[in-house]
Amino acid sequence: MATLDSKIPKGPIADKWTNHKNKINLVNPANKRLIDVIVVGTGLAGGSAAATLAELGYNVKAFCFQDSPRRAHSIAAQGGINAAKNYQGDGDSTYRLFYDTVKGGDYRSREANVYRLAEVSANIIDQCVAQGVPFARDYGGLLDNRSFGGVLVSRTFYAKGQTGQQLLLGAYSAMNRQIGRGKIKMYNRHEMLDVVIVDGKARGIIARNLVTGEIERHSAHAVVLGTGGYGNVFFLSTNAMGSNVTAAWKAHKKGAYFANPCYTQIHPTCIPVSGDHQSKLTLMSESLRNDGRIWVPKKMEDVKAIREGKLRPTQIAEEDRDYYLERRYPAFGNLVPRDVASRAAKERCDAGFGVNATGEAVYLDFASAIQRYGKEQATVKGLDVNDAALVKKLGQEVVKNKYGNLFQMYEKIVDENPYETPMMIYPAVHYTMGGIWVDYNLMTTVPGLYAIGEANFSDHGANRLGASALMQGLADGYFVLPYTIGDYLADDIRTGPISTESPEFVEAEKNVRDSIDKLINNNGTKSVDYFHKRLGKIMWNKCGMARNEQGLREAIEEISALRAEFWKDVRVPGEANEFNEELAKAGRVADFLELGELFAKDALQREESAGGHFREEYQTEEGEAQRRKEFQYVSAWEYKGEPKDAVLHKEDLVYENIEVKERSYK
Amino acid sequence: MSGLLKSSIGRKFAMALSALFLMVFLLQHFAINILSVFSPDAFNEASHFMGTFWAVQYLLQPVLIFGVIFHFAMGFVLEIKNNSARTVKYAKNNGGANSTWMSRNMIYSGLFILIFLIIHMIDFWVHEMNVKYVAGDMSGLIDPSNVESGFRYFEELQEKFVPIWRVALYCLGFVFLALHLLHGFNSAFQSVGANNKYTKGLKTFSKIYAIGLPLGFIIIALFHHFNHH
Amino acid sequence: MNLTLKIWRQKNASDKGKMVDYKISDVSPDMSFLEMLDVLNTQLIESGDEPVAFDHDCREGICGMCSLYINGEAHGPDRGVTTCQLHMRKFKDGDTIYIEPFRAKAFPVIKDLVVDRSAFDRIQHAGGFISVNTSGNTQDANAIPINKENADKAFDAATCIGCGACVATCKNSSAMLYVSAKVSQFALLPQGQVEATDRVLNMVKQMDDEGFGNCTNTGACEVECPKGISLENIARMNTEFLKASLKG
Repeated sequence: MATLDSKIPKGPIADKWTNHKNKINLVNPANKRLIDVIVVGTGLAGGSAAATLAELGYNVKAFCFQDSPRRAHSIAAQGGINAAKNYQGDGDSTYRLFYDTVKGGDYRSREANVYRLAEVSANIIDQCVAQGVPFARDYGGLLDNRSFGGVLVSRTFYAKGQTGQQLLLGAYSAMNRQIGRGKIKMYNRHEMLDVVIVDGKARGIIARNLVTGEIERHSAHAVVLGTGGYGNVFFLSTNAMGSNVTAAWKAHKKGAYFANPCYTQIHPTCIPVSGDHQSKLTLMSESLRNDGRIWVPKKMEDVKAIREGKLRPTQIAEEDRDYYLERRYPAFGNLVPRDVASRAAKERCDAGFGVNATGEAVYLDFASAIQRYGKEQATVKGLDVNDAALVKKLGQEVVKNKYGNLFQMYEKIVDENPYETPMMIYPAVHYTMGGIWVDYNLMTTVPGLYAIGEANFSDHGANRLGASALMQGLADGYFVLPYTIGDYLADDIRTGPISTESPEFVEAEKNVRDSIDKLINNNGTKSVDYFHKRLGKIMWNKCGMARNEQGLREAIEEISALRAEFWKDVRVPGEANEFNEELAKAGRVADFLELGELFAKDALQREESAGGHFREEYQTEEGEAQRRKEFQYVSAWEYKGEPKDAVLHKEDLVYENIEVKERSYK
Repeated sequence: MSGLLKSSIGRKFAMALSALFLMVFLLQHFAINILSVFSPDAFNEASHFMGTFWAVQYLLQPVLIFGVIFHFAMGFVLEIKNNSARTVKYAKNNGGANSTWMSRNMIYSGLFILIFLIIHMIDFWVHEMNVKYVAGDMSGLIDPSNVESGFRYFEELQEKFVPIWRVALYCLGFVFLALHLLHGFNSAFQSVGANNKYTKGLKTFSKIYAIGLPLGFIIIALFHHFNHH
Repeated sequence: MNLTLKIWRQKNASDKGKMVDYKISDVSPDMSFLEMLDVLNTQLIESGDEPVAFDHDCREGICGMCSLYINGEAHGPDRGVTTCQLHMRKFKDGDTIYIEPFRAKAFPVIKDLVVDRSAFDRIQHAGGFISVNTSGNTQDANAIPINKENADKAFDAATCIGCGACVATCKNSSAMLYVSAKVSQFALLPQGQVEATDRVLNMVKQMDDEGFGNCTNTGACEVECPKGISLENIARMNTEFLKASLKG
């Protein structure tokens, strides 16, 4: 079996990145003008990379499928961004952030990458503040922090519940400056449909103009994918409707190994599914777990009464409530990592304690936080601490200040007032830790093809900690890729413009056209969504929060059969050469139908439980995830035609700076 | 500075400045008119002063005329431009859900005020111009040859408000003025950038001004209609 | 619920377009407005018709991609929400619902309910940024304290999602609320001062060149804005613009 070269620099972990930067090749400023770089995706990773590469002097072509780069789904990240600034003086450090991230990832991430991430995290905050990102501040005018799951310090910077939005708009503004200068050529409403490989190197892409339907060839000296994750393989997820795996999957088919596809994060605090019509799930930020307490009733008769509407949650006495996270994990309580919190919710609901009609919901209760804050405010203002109505009012004001937009969002969707009655939440697919395999330089197994942000696999292992996705996206785009890509491009200063007339471009375009024609002319009877929903059901039931061998084997068969049915019976209305949303969706779902099978195959071979991957066969007596030493590797899959034929390559994970321990949050 | 008036905000600012100027003028106009209710003599004195003092006649009057014409002309220009910023209209538009009738119909209240203004100018201003500058009579007397005959202003005023149609037209004009001011007063402040902690107080004041002032004019018109000798 | 939908259909930018009636039944009050349209589209596809094209992406009210003028209001009758957050419980059985694209000369229709809002991007290219290069040695984030009131106001302005509801709802199709949100955000922060003059002049010029109308302070934009961006920002932009014009 081939071994993967991760190109981790030698030397002590704290010096690796600095030494590496000192040694790699650079491209001189005059030569950067001669080099084109394509960046696909304009979220935090793609947007920040495009802006920074353009600042450095490269000619950047940036692509996004939305009508503006500002709409990439990074915008929906709510809670915050981690950085080892230690502004709170609570003992935070680069090492501690590194440690928390590796442990949080259940010892399945690459040590050197994570350390570098922790190292540059502080720069991100400086950079964003300089751009005018309005982070939350305290009354002294300094930056405020909050705490997130799986850690014991406050290192999360935030902008109310809209941190992702503010950071993305920061990157978008940096892009705008370069678009205005002509250094970035922006292609909105364009979807990448293939990578073009010339002489073994990524030299361009085939993209479809989503407005006119035109198929376009774009060449460059390197291609960067910042195309996000593939959570929509589950149909219902917190991803945007357009989020897709197509760019990453096409890269995979052109030789990029796909790593750890089965590592999916199921976020514990989402609004439960209300019915079959549902198109997506809405996340309630993890920051809510700073103040909200999660519980279900202790007594089955209470559960029944609640479901029948005979009892309100507020009527259940304190001693009849099971605050199961606080009970099981006293040290971290409601702030255990996401995988742990999600599984605990599933465990209670599977045991029959779910509190809504479908039995798939638990309470997230702010009553005690409202009391606590209310009393605090009453004391500060010198008012009567025993005036219950006043305390409640003051407390609600504090909670509104902190989470107002989230509470409003909940009320709009569920039509219940979360200030008065506990929220109902349930886990939902949120983030994919797996992705395209990359080395330390963020280059895939295809030379000249890079993957950054959620699209790659490297930093979060088997589980991502809250507020780390924003950190990783911006670290890759602002501070890592712009350096490492120079090392590769240094060899390209004499190459000159890449022609789009080469046979490779012609062939790639033809293949894209053929598959579009096939979809358009299929004349089936079922809509694209019909297949997507069925795929989602298979994935959720058999590759979801808990997996087992039999289920995974069934999933592989069922997805394969569904794929065949899709190609036989899907109906794509309209024409190829026009704005055609159904056509775009069909192409994406076709790729999900392949990825889904590889996903299940990966989950099947990983005979252990780790982070977001929970195999029922491998659990401790208390029902916790049981890691196995022999699976301490990255599974990187090579495309060989059908997903079932994919070949597994392993990158062994070595931990020299952190002791691999039983992951405990008790 | 160049091109300020070509920019949207520059035009908006100019619109607001002319409006603020006209609102000050209105207040002054009202102050003199209300005298006619309490003291015909005081009214005559004030009218004669305004009608003959050189600074008013040769400086302020042209500025006022310019202000009025500018405000109307710019209002129409902006309306036409703004209207052309949406070529296809909505099949269904529920403007009442998010804005006041007054704010959406400044052009119509303005148009009616223009009609009123033309009649008003013909009634008073053209007459004044004729007497003073065509006939050359700057005396302000009922009978220029007789110093004892007294000022003509109050007499003329009362005479004008005898016909009921004119009183009705004036009252209607003032109603439209009120509607125009109900939006325009605050709008002018917003346009020049004054939106701050005083805005709330200003809004209350603007309501008093926008309703109070036209109502005052109406009272004056009715007073003279019912009290003429 | 059973509903009658009157939807604007337009094949492409050059097509004339018209309102078309559709009947839809079994709509659940828990559906979002866009999910109701999903159901309609599935019906249309499976009966061999062309689905209605509309923009949408995050479906949680933050990306700003969804639009729609519903029963005469941008993002429909609810307040503080985008169309994706509007739920069918706001309507009654038997209702007739008008669904039109956001209309403005600067927002040409691409297809059906999809419009081209790239004018918004071009305004940002003209000055919606602070010119700071990426480097690992920008000064420490806490080096300049910013008083909380200004920081909070800057944040409130920065929450604009660029959906275009302000333009769609304005009787003049004015983009002032949108532009002022960005101008205000930077005007309130010390980092934004250096380029303040050029920023406001260039952004306003681009806004005018795009063919948006002028602001007449009706305040409709503020009411319909899903993020409640305040009119105060327009006042601030006016001041900033005048200051800049007198300087420039």
